[in-house]
Amino acid sequence: MSDTATSGVKQSFQLKSANVSLTALELYYFDNDEFEANLRDKISQAPGFFKDIPLIISLEKYEGLDSELDFFKIIGTCRRHNIHVIGVRAGNEDQRRLARGASLALLPGGTVREKPQTAAPEPEAAAEEAPVAETPAAALSTAEPAPARIISQPVRSGQQVYAPEGDLIILAPVQAGAEVLAAGNIHVYGPLRGRALAGIHGAESARVFCQSLEAELVSIAGHYKISEDLQDNGWKSAVQIQLRDDLLVVTPLDKA
Amino acid sequence: MARIIVVTSGKGGVGKTTTSASISTGLAKRGHKTVVIDFDVGLRNLDLIMNCERRVVYDFVNVIQGEASLNQALIKDKRVETLYILPASQTREKEALTREGVEKVINELSQTFDYIVCDSPAGIEHGAQMALYYADEAIVVTNPEVSSVRDSDRILGILQSKSRRAEMGQDPVKEHLLLTRYNPDRVDRGEMLSVKDVEEILAIPLLGVIPESQVVLNASNQGLPVILEENSDAGQAYDDAVARLLGEDREHRFMTAQKKGFFSRMFKGG
Repeated sequence: MSDTATSGVKQSFQLKSANVSLTALELYYFDNDEFEANLRDKISQAPGFFKDIPLIISLEKYEGLDSELDFFKIIGTCRRHNIHVIGVRAGNEDQRRLARGASLALLPGGTVREKPQTAAPEPEAAAEEAPVAETPAAALSTAEPAPARIISQPVRSGQQVYAPEGDLIILAPVQAGAEVLAAGNIHVYGPLRGRALAGIHGAESARVFCQSLEAELVSIAGHYKISEDLQDNGWKSAVQIQLRDDLLVVTPLDKA
Repeated sequence: MARIIVVTSGKGGVGKTTTSASISTGLAKRGHKTVVIDFDVGLRNLDLIMNCERRVVYDFVNVIQGEASLNQALIKDKRVETLYILPASQTREKEALTREGVEKVINELSQTFDYIVCDSPAGIEHGAQMALYYADEAIVVTNPEVSSVRDSDRILGILQSKSRRAEMGQDPVKEHLLLTRYNPDRVDRGEMLSVKDVEEILAIPLLGVIPESQVVLNASNQGLPVILEENSDAGQAYDDAVARLLGEDREHRFMTAQKKGFFSRMFKGG
């Protein structure tokens, strides 16, 4: 092309600052078999979402022994499930050296908790919901509410949009065959024709709002209804859907 | 720089090649230097509809693989002065279309042509993705039925995520809806989706509505782009679409059922 001829030197690339939202796996302790079992369990809740996502391992709450922290195994296990570990957040010097040895990127984290080596801690499942009583160090990183993700283009068949931390707001239709997922609420200012999964990390207070309910599936914290079961109530009208006593309840928006 | 237009649909048999032939002929007829590329490697059809199948020596894949020059492969249309056809290979695999190879050919063509029309194969696989990758604009050909609309929606998603414009973060590919095989009588009887239904679902601007017509089939069989059947409704509808593509404001036609009187039934009007 004539570009190179006229402008003289053309570089092969340009560095730009990028801001991406990533999923962090907060590791409490590491046992490869348990890790894989827990991972498989998580994936089964939203199989589409986890496919080929980048993941960082957060060591802020790691309580196991440094010697048990085998990043090669973690990477291998994740890779088997099509998850790509790209880096490590927080952790002490030894842990970070191990991570570097496994060619992982080192991301800055909150203050490192130097933990006295006590007797074997009560094993709790890795990657479970965050404990209620948070340590000050952990509370620091979660002080700000997660920002909502706002989408203004139609979500087309075959596309997937995910808000890993907060709400998802869509100012366009969600088409049949599309999937929208959020840790929080989902708002669709247009017809919802595809699948909407709110509260996918288990938030039972999450709701789904839409201007026209034509969905293939609506799920809140794992409780779902398919199109067939949604037809009787509020179909093709503006509604909100919430979870009451483990049941999805559809209510018209104008009577809310 | 040439404007690169992909004609795509996801679903097969909706009229992509017919549309590519007519749109490219229409653009050339208005004096724009136009080339139409057949991306359907292995299922070459465009040359039949353009009536140049007996003049194919080298093809798109030959050019990509350096076995022939572009000038050797380009076929000059016999009816319209400024129209050229780059035929697909009938014997190769779709994988022969590499991104670098396609880019090389398109870059070379954009230096001399005003419009490059890419006739996409059906599906959403490699061949279709190659056809749409370099596009500036997309004509999404849709039939007024549910499965075609769904597939068009899918291809619109791919245009938004896997085109060069999307990957480079440039302005998105400009999307146009072309509704083909439209039969207002059947819409009235509830057997087909209406223009309004399709527009509402796909939410992209309407470029035109091509009525279902025997003329389209006859023209294809004769190797004549239907836009050259200037007295037919389908030909005129394509002409309108080309005019709109070039920014002209034309009212949409052929969208309502015609009340057929005794005479028109007698003389098979239209």
